[in-house]
Order: sequence, then structure tokens, then C-alpha cells
Amino acid sequence: MYLADRGPTAATAPTDADQGRTDRAAQPGRALRAIPATVLALGTVSLITDVSSEMVTAVLPLYVVAGLGLSPLGFGVLDGVYNGVSGLVRLFGGHLADRGRRHKAVAVVGYGLSALCKPLLLIAHTLPLISGVLALDRTGKGIRTAPRDAMISLASTPENRGRAFGVHRAMDTGGALLGPIVAFLVLGMAADGYDAVFTVSFCIAALGVLVLVLFVPGGRAPAVAANPAGIDGTAGASGGDDAAAASPPVTLRSAMALLRIPDVRRLTVTATLLGLTTVSDAFVYLMVQHRLGISERLFPLLPLGTAFFFLVLAMPLGVLADRVGRRRVFLGGHVALLLAYGLLLTPLHNDALAFVVLALHGTFYAATDGVLPAAAAGAVPAELRASGLALIGTGQALARFCCSIAFGAAWTVIGDQAVLGIAMAGLAVCAGWAAYALRGPETA
Amino acid sequence: MTARARLITLVVAVALLGTVAFASVMRASHRAGALDTAQPGGPPVSAGAVSLAGAGRMVFRNMAWGPYRDDLVSVPVNDPGGARVAAPVRCLRFYAAAGTGVCLRKEDGPLQETYFASILDSRLRTLHDFPIAGIPTRTRVSPSGHMAAWTVFVGGDSYAGSNFSTRTSIVDTRTWALTPSLETYKIIKEGRPYHAADVNFWGVTFADDGHFYATLATKGQTYLVHGDVAAQTLTTMRTNVECPSLSPDGTRLVFKKRVPDADPDEPWRLYALDLKTMEETPLAESRSVDDQVVWSDEHTVMYGLAGDYGDDLWSVPADGTGKAERVAVAALNPAFIG
Repeated sequence: MYLADRGPTAATAPTDADQGRTDRAAQPGRALRAIPATVLALGTVSLITDVSSEMVTAVLPLYVVAGLGLSPLGFGVLDGVYNGVSGLVRLFGGHLADRGRRHKAVAVVGYGLSALCKPLLLIAHTLPLISGVLALDRTGKGIRTAPRDAMISLASTPENRGRAFGVHRAMDTGGALLGPIVAFLVLGMAADGYDAVFTVSFCIAALGVLVLVLFVPGGRAPAVAANPAGIDGTAGASGGDDAAAASPPVTLRSAMALLRIPDVRRLTVTATLLGLTTVSDAFVYLMVQHRLGISERLFPLLPLGTAFFFLVLAMPLGVLADRVGRRRVFLGGHVALLLAYGLLLTPLHNDALAFVVLALHGTFYAATDGVLPAAAAGAVPAELRASGLALIGTGQALARFCCSIAFGAAWTVIGDQAVLGIAMAGLAVCAGWAAYALRGPETA
Repeated sequence: MTARARLITLVVAVALLGTVAFASVMRASHRAGALDTAQPGGPPVSAGAVSLAGAGRMVFRNMAWGPYRDDLVSVPVNDPGGARVAAPVRCLRFYAAAGTGVCLRKEDGPLQETYFASILDSRLRTLHDFPIAGIPTRTRVSPSGHMAAWTVFVGGDSYAGSNFSTRTSIVDTRTWALTPSLETYKIIKEGRPYHAADVNFWGVTFADDGHFYATLATKGQTYLVHGDVAAQTLTTMRTNVECPSLSPDGTRLVFKKRVPDADPDEPWRLYALDLKTMEETPLAESRSVDDQVVWSDEHTVMYGLAGDYGDDLWSVPADGTGKAERVAVAALNPAFIG
């Protein structure tokens, strides 16, 4: 297999580095020298967009219950169904982006769709309509994720890719932390001003789309022109008969054929297996509360704890991943999660332990969320980058969704302690297998 | 586009979007200010003493616009639409019995709003504050005034913001012993112990200091449960019962029930359940009611329905006869004193 004997700096390197060099030239600042302008621009877009979307998330329960006077139980029913759909949307977005190499255009559609959902909230006054708007919002998120990550990977040099994704994820999480603060500032100035929150959220989202349009280089990804003989030929070979064409059409078949590349297959299977044993955030916070007995008052703050550690550690762990290997850090993140499960199973009860669990949970995100696409980018040919990242990401997301359903069902039958023990054992086995499967040299 | 053109575009857009955002906040702020001016034709309200002891009074959350909006007010039971006496105690949800009040209230913080359940004495002084983890929805006090219960909505996590659950707490005001969540009680469903991660409780109504009824929801089904405080058990009785409210004599429950053919936005109707015969009777209120009713006497229940200025208070006979009547405008969560 051609990818297996390819050195870390061979085929993909020139393609991605070209873009990286241009960006580095445009970005002389010393501290951020290694981070391409495109990545900083995409990070800014994500930061702004997350402020906008987390503003809405923060006030939505209050709006539904206090503003509209609705009973929100059963509101989450469609959530599960939609999780499945959103995985498929991500695949679609990735494929669309690779076809004609229009990553930016597809990302603009995704960000734009989410922005347009904010004014819709002003007129959606019933639970089914609000659910519909949220679903549309998440469709936008699904569409944009893969092309955005592909742009990050294509804009950074292979040796700095982990850092680039780390910076992007840190900026993204920073926005998520700022969103609720902005929302409650607005509510502080205007009591019950939910319409003002949604309007401000829309203005911020629109600004995000504008920054994307203005400051993220668009046009066609340079992969084909820059490297006609290298990666295109090899990827084509794996994709079948359209191999030798100068500009091979990206078909669904060639996207699915990515799974024939051993490294892509390995990463997809590994991410999916580990996803099957990754307990969803909601359950982790419930467990923190049930098992560690933290006070009621701290419960709404638990996701902030995770986000804080994610924010702080995303870039350092990205840099570490560039140095010691992305797969190693990705696995290390799951070891952190394993430790968090372990602490939840101990009979100790105190707030300090909850803090440690959240630190480990945030470390898990910092070591996996950006590191996985950074690791995957090296294995996926540039012209199928978005499709490949979508494939791996969707496998992981669907697996987590299945885990969440199974976890809830098992909780019913055997109780929280037993089901967490099983999840922990499963995670240990999967992590062990992953360590074995992902051994050997890493493609940059 | 040149770098200069991009920058100019950005600055112009920031100015435009900033103006829209600022204008929307100002408009909402102005509207919030308007709520402090009394609405034309609204009920007269004046400051005064509100007591949870005494007799012949009804105390509720005043929703009428003006300086006393959201304050607790007191009116004579025989003239509920009349002049209101307001005390400076603001609650999102309120209930009282035998001189004990529960006020579920909000405190604005820098990062987010925090909520408290305050136990009040008969002069509305706070005896004890319990922090609560979400948005208040229901509260009740036992007929003796010794036990109090409340239900809040809790958002799951920020990544799946649309998932909600409820948490119901019970406190003994004699010892301040708190059960933070009814989920710690043993559930006996159809005769067998039951465990599930998706269990939610809401709408406690007390029979006495040791026993209560409430709603249990799991797997998309709601159940009427009977709770035993001493044994810490909850036993299911029948399905499709939400927000039960026990009659003063303890023989009947009025509750909201999901009716199959209803508009999904208006799913509930009020029903009475005779606890001896277990027979259900629809009440003469044809609209969807999303409230836990309050018994104003042995034969009548009161509940809130959306009005022009916050919720209006309506009443209907508890036996299926008669018709619904509006009792007071801009009034929520009545409690009958004495």
C-alpha cells in the first residue's frame, strides 16, 4: 500500500506547505509565527460564531420557560434523531466542499445558515418551531465543520498542524465561554429582553460570516495545481478509474474509497471504537453530581469547568502533538478520560475531586478534539481532505451517539456505577487496541 | 478586493451591525422600563403589610405593570379582582399554607442568574434560603406548613442545550432536612423496583407531612405517584397524570392530562380524579392548561392562563359542571390564607 511506505514528509508535505509558507510570510509576529493567517482568521470566525450561538444556548431554557411560559419537558426528544442526521450532513458538507474544491463557499453556506436561524427565533414561539430552528442551526454546523477543518489543515504546514488546530479550538472554546457573559449582560440591561439577545446574537453571527468572506482566502485549494504528480495520482489510484486525470473529479465513490487507505481506515475505526466508549458530556456532569455529591448550585457551572481546561490546554497539547506524535496525544487524551471515569467510581465525595474530574475531562477534549483532525489530515489526500475529515468525524460522532443511547438504557437496568464501570473497561480495551493499531510511523 | 477595501467593508459592517444590536437592546430596555408604569385599567395596587396568617385573604404574585410588578400582593378572598396590597417580596413562583410560604426567586449575578428557594414565615421574612439549580416551575407546602417542595427545570449541558430535566426537592421546615432530589427515593413501578437514568419528577402535592402525590416521567410516559417521606418510596398509581393537586379533604385530585387529539402546542386539559373510585371527570375548561391548580374551596380550583399582562387567574368547578370564569387579571400562584 502506497501510504504505508511513504515517509512523513513525502507526498502531502509540499502541497500543504506551499499554502503554509505564503501564510507565514504574511504573518510576521513572533509568538504566532507558526500559525498561518488563514488559521487565525478561521479561529476568529469560530470565536465570533460561538459567542453568537452560546448566547442563544445560555438563555434558551430561560426564554422557553420564563419568556414563553412553555413546559420544556420532552423538548430533547428529537435531539437523538437529529444527531444521526447531523452526521450525514457533515459527510455531505465535506463531499460538497471537495467537489470543485470550494471549501470556503461551503463553509460560508454553513455559517450563513446558522446566522439566519437567529432572527427565526424571534418568530418561533412554540416548541416544535424552536426545535426546528435549532435543527436548522445544527445543519449549518454540520455543513461547515469538515470544510473548515480541511482549510485549517491545508493552510498549515504538516509539522505545525497540531498547533494550528489547537489554536483554532482554543479560540472556538473562548467564544463559547464569552457567549453566556454577553447574553446575561444584555439581559441585565433589558429585563426579559430575549428578542434583544437574539438580535445581538444575529449581528455577531453576521459579523462572523463577514470575517470569513473577507479574511479567509478562498478560491480553489491549491492541491491540484501545485502538485500534479504527487498526491493526486496516488489518491486517484486508491479511488479507482479516475486516477490519471489532471483534475480528477471528486465523486462519492472516491470519497468512500478513502477507507481503502490503511491509515484512514485505522483512524476511522479507532475514533469510532473510542467514540463507542466515550460517555456523553451530559452523563459525565450527572455522574459528577450523583457520585461526588457536589452542591446543586455548582451544577450549571460544570460545563464551564471542562471548557476552561479545554481552552487553556488546546494549544499546548496541539504543540505537544506536533512534537511527540498526534496519535500518542490522542490516545493520551483517552487515558485522561479513563482516569476521570476511575475517579467517578471512587467512593470519595468532595468538590475538589469534581474539579480534578473536570480538569481531566477538559484535557480529554484538548488532546482529542483538534488533534484527531490534525492526525487525520496527514492520512487523507489534500483533494479529499474535507471528505476524509468528515468521514472520521462522523464515525466518531455517531459512535458517541450510540454510546449515549446504550448508556442511558443500561443505567436503567444496572445502575450508574455498574454502567460506568463497563464504559471504563470498554474504553480501556479500545484504547489498548488503538495503541496497537496506531503504532508505527505517523504520516504527517 | 484589496486589504484596504476589506478593512473598510469590515468597519462599515461593524458600525451597521453594532447599530442594529444597540438599537435592539435599547428598545428592549425601554420596553422593560414601560413595565414599571401601571397599565391603563389595571387593578389598583398600593404598598402595605402582607401576612400569611389571618383569614379570608388570597396572596399571589402580582403581574400587573407598575412599580409593584412581581411583588407578592394580598386581596380579600371575596373580592379577588379588587385593590391589591403589595409587599416588597418578589417571587417567580409562590405558595403558602398555615403561615409558611415558599418563594422561588431569582438573583442576577455577573455571569448568570442564580435561583433560590426561600422559606418565609407568616410576615414574609426569610427563614432559610436553599440554592436551586435551575428555573423554578412548581412549589407547594403541606397543609400543616411543615413540609415544602419545589420543582425546577435544569438544562443538561451546553453542547446539547435543548435537553431539559426537572429536579424536585423536599424540605422539612422543622429540621431543615433537605432531600435535594426525589430521584434518591426508591421507585416502585407497577409493583416492582424501577431504575432509570431518564426519571423526572414534578408537581408535588402534599396529603400530610408524611405523604404526597407527584408526577413521575420516564420513557416518554407520565405517572401519578404516591410518595412516602418516611419510607422514601414513590409508588406509581396510574399513567398520564401531571401536576396533581389534592383537594382539601384529600379525596380528589385535579390534574392536567395530555389528550390525544389535541393540538401539540395545546396538549393539556384539566381532569378530576376520585381517589376512591379512580374515576376521571373532565372539568368544564376547554382550553389547554399548563399549571398545577390550587383549590380555593372544596368544590373549586384556580389556575393560570396567558392574559394580556402576564397570566390571568381563572376558576372552574372541580366536578365537571359549570364553566370557567376569570377571577383576576395579571395574577399568578394564588395561596389561600385562613
